Amino acid sequence: MLILTCPNCGITAEETEFHAGGEAHLTRHGPGASDDDFEKYLFMRENPKGVHFERWRHVYGCGKWFHAARDTMTLEIFGTYTAQTSTIPQDIIDKISDRRPDWQPPETA
Amino acid sequence: MSEPISALNGAVYNQGIAEVTALDPIGMISIRGDLAAGYLKKPLKKITGVAMPDMRGINLDGGTGVAWMSPDELLLICPYADVATNLETLHKAIGTNHALAVNVSDARAVFRVTGKHTREVLAKLAPVDTSPEAFTPGTIRRTRLAQVPAAFWMVDTDTAELVCFRSVAQYVFDLLKTAAQPGSQVNYHRG
Repeated sequence: MLILTCPNCGITAEETEFHAGGEAHLTRHGPGASDDDFEKYLFMRENPKGVHFERWRHVYGCGKWFHAARDTMTLEIFGTYTAQTSTIPQDIIDKISDRRPDWQPPETA
Repeated sequence: MSEPISALNGAVYNQGIAEVTALDPIGMISIRGDLAAGYLKKPLKKITGVAMPDMRGINLDGGTGVAWMSPDELLLICPYADVATNLETLHKAIGTNHALAVNVSDARAVFRVTGKHTREVLAKLAPVDTSPEAFTPGTIRRTRLAQVPAAFWMVDTDTAELVCFRSVAQYVFDLLKTAAQPGSQVNYHRG
């Protein structure tokens, strides 16, 4: 069971109050993009064993989206942060690096 | 005009560890927009007389008040009969600004749970810390009650009020009855 803190309303609640929204920080390739880029945007997803960035929605609460960084193996939550960003905030990167010294931040566009 | 009647028409359950009452309809106006904007703050102050609630707050004075629902949403609570007037005041103040005020009174059902085990009854149904330290009067919690969305707040230490969608009123009443059935006290929040 995951316990997440919604950065929009400050409520810490367990997983059933939220809804997972899939991988975070995807670059949208729309009309005019190459077929390869479009395919990547539409279908290709990371499936790591370890640190992962996800979108979540506080569906039974304030209804807002946010981002969460967690470990898919240990279910540890490193932190949650605003959905109004396309990059991972430095404090989240620092927190993950503290816990996982070998981990390298992904390249987010 | 026809008489407004609540979904369960004042049903009461008082054989359990807490008393559950389906309340008569209350007026509720859902407001969305920039909560810091004067065109929302001013009419709300005029209608309710209470200050704007902080995050997760609810400021009630008698049957009138404002609840914080999300970073861009408020719920104005008022007597059912005053909704039309209040809505007009709001619409006038909002004018052409990008904001919304809608009467949702008839879309909702309201319950009151009262008794010294009120917090336990709620804790059995919602993933919420309802301890007296964490969940104090003056805060509202939007969450789920078993399978449906609901919001509740403490009126005083032993009384909570709860709103849910009218279409699930019977379901919520049955849930609360089950959670409050005789002999089911857990005595977790013994203070």
